[in-house]
Amino acid sequence: MTIRKPEDLVTPLDFSGMDQELLKTLFLRMVRAREFEEQLYYLFLTTKMPGTMHQATGQEAVAVGVASVLNKDDYVTSNHRGHGHCIAKDVPLDLMMAEMFAKRNGVCKGMGGSMHLCDFSKGMLGAFGIVGAGIPIASGAALSAKVRGTQQVAVSFFGDGAINEGVFHESLNMASLWKLPVVYVIENNQYALSMPNELVSAVTDLSTRGCGYNIPGETVDGNNVTAVYKAASRAVERARKGEGPFLLECITYRMRGHARFEPAEYRNKEEVELWSQYDPIKRFKEAALETGVLTEAGLSAIEEQVEHEIEAAIAFAQAGEDVGAEDYKQFIYELDNTTKDGLK
Amino acid sequence: MRQLSLADAIREAMIQEMRRDSSVILMGEDVGRFNGAFHVSHGMLDEFGPTRVWDTPISEAGFMGMGIGAALTGLRPIIEFQYADFMFCAMDQIVNEAAKLRLMSGGQASVPLVMRAPQGATGRAAQHSQSVEAYFMHTPGLYLAMPSTPYDAKGLMISAIRSNDPVLILEHKLLYGAASPGGGKALTDQTISDIGSDVPEEAYTIPLGKADVKRAGTDVTIIATLIMVHRALAVAAELEKEGISCEVIDPRTLVPLDEETILESVKKTNRVVIASEDVARGGVGSELTAMIARKAFDHLDAPVACVSADNSPIPFGPAAELRVVPQISDIRQAVYQVLKD
Ligand SMILES: Cc1ncc(C[n+]2csc(CCOP(=O)(O)OP(=O)(O)O)c2C)c(N)n1
Ligand SMILES: [Mg+2]
Repeated sequence: MTIRKPEDLVTPLDFSGMDQELLKTLFLRMVRAREFEEQLYYLFLTTKMPGTMHQATGQEAVAVGVASVLNKDDYVTSNHRGHGHCIAKDVPLDLMMAEMFAKRNGVCKGMGGSMHLCDFSKGMLGAFGIVGAGIPIASGAALSAKVRGTQQVAVSFFGDGAINEGVFHESLNMASLWKLPVVYVIENNQYALSMPNELVSAVTDLSTRGCGYNIPGETVDGNNVTAVYKAASRAVERARKGEGPFLLECITYRMRGHARFEPAEYRNKEEVELWSQYDPIKRFKEAALETGVLTEAGLSAIEEQVEHEIEAAIAFAQAGEDVGAEDYKQFIYELDNTTKDGLK
Repeated sequence: MRQLSLADAIREAMIQEMRRDSSVILMGEDVGRFNGAFHVSHGMLDEFGPTRVWDTPISEAGFMGMGIGAALTGLRPIIEFQYADFMFCAMDQIVNEAAKLRLMSGGQASVPLVMRAPQGATGRAAQHSQSVEAYFMHTPGLYLAMPSTPYDAKGLMISAIRSNDPVLILEHKLLYGAASPGGGKALTDQTISDIGSDVPEEAYTIPLGKADVKRAGTDVTIIATLIMVHRALAVAAELEKEGISCEVIDPRTLVPLDEETILESVKKTNRVVIASEDVARGGVGSELTAMIARKAFDHLDAPVACVSADNSPIPFGPAAELRVVPQISDIRQAVYQVLKD
């Protein structure tokens, strides 16, 4: 069995046509996403953080490179590994952290937790715990934008595992048929839980999966935020112009286990070590300093800023009120709801 | 005798049947290389190899349908759904095809397959927590088994594999036993007893449709499934000290339902509590209540009390999950209620 070798995929970062503000934003969002994930790990160990989580450590360049192309009112759907997508779409860290702690001031009022983060004020329509579920939903948001005559675009982030669900195929066909403004982003971290691509997908060049639906595709180095950004720009622009959907495969690597403390024993150590040398944040920093587009001081200032933001988010979350036993009753229906005792 | 966990018991049943009958195969997500998300299929890929143990893509509708195709043509597939919630992705194949083929074909078709799925609320929010039995109890053509103990699990699993009709086995994540990642006893829940963990080594069957009286009593009948059996037993032990004698009945299979054992108990105690984790509306409690009302109305001294989940998706916040899902205190309250007059 072969796992992709980073040497064969890696492309150099290319800062051309990207101004300093943009580069700082990309770095800021990636560092936020990284720190958020890494802090969660310790919070799960040391506090009473409930539930489970799926860290996207190492995959920051995909979420950030794509979402940074989008406008605030563009739509995103995400999957179980969604913290980074939310952060890249500027969902506030404190509200996310409070949600992780199941607090009333969480972004979903403590009702959804890690796997169901969403923030409609940011166009973030939901992380879904059902693999593939976000794909038709993003496509529907794109259909809605078309019907309403807005210029909005929808992006669906999903994993390499999700392309084997029927809804992937059904959605791609309809989106192509109806030329919907949707960009499908396969976040190919090379595993679906224990299963490497090659054991579950008849083609391993995943961006070719659009062929049968007349949807163009491209595969990019997903640990290269400038490459992701540029490819996403082309895809989003195309969609906005009414030219239809695009299938973007971003090859990356999951640096942690599948969920919470899952040890990922199905991967060998050398592979994990090799891929961690291609850490997207590390690569960005090195390239930025080497080319002089950003300074050491500039980068450190951002890292410090994030450290404070995360600290503040944790403090905000921990000070929040726990979800109450009856809170859920207000969220089952819009109108006064029906619970065990019938209509109240 | 040896004590086994529920996960171990199910695995032993599958392995013994696979050794005995080469037409039995296992399919599902991460069941092979990863030994199953809850380690129920630990070591099975090693023993049986990839033509008997199939690691599938994440394609529930597809592999469920393939299970049916294989079952129609000589195999006896066991299909594992990683969580019961994901069965909904395969609903068409389960409900429209597997359950109906025998009738639609005028008896030509047999669909000898087993579906297995872990269910129950364990802090994983709305899409990884559901108790799905009512959907399938409502689907004629399927059998539905719900083992609460390792002993029952092994015997029911072997019967299911040998059945010529599709059987769904719903397992509760909290009952798997400590070695199962994400399963095992909940820290907050000290109620899972060791009953039924003595499991014979040799293969044995428990017929589908045979309830088990987990504890005999005279004042009130508690009918319970899965983890609620353990919670009901905890209540029964407590109430004994107050001089209240509870009979705890586990139907073990909801389809077919052992009405006789239930009605016999109702006629003895005249008071009934039904405890199950699915939501109240259109659920197991309602169905059993209706059956008892139809067949033993004259024997009831109090309205039947149903202890079920509130009619809500499972919320994430732990306090809210605890409120939605029936706890020991809810069962105890219900017993007091049916004993009131
Ligand atoms: C419909 C459905 N089937 C199975 C699962 C269990 N599950 C959760 S994540 C996962 C692997 C997903 O792999 P991929 O799409 O590549 O995303 P990744 O975890 O690698 O980010 C599986 C099998 C699920 N949540 N939903
Ligand atoms: Mg993956």
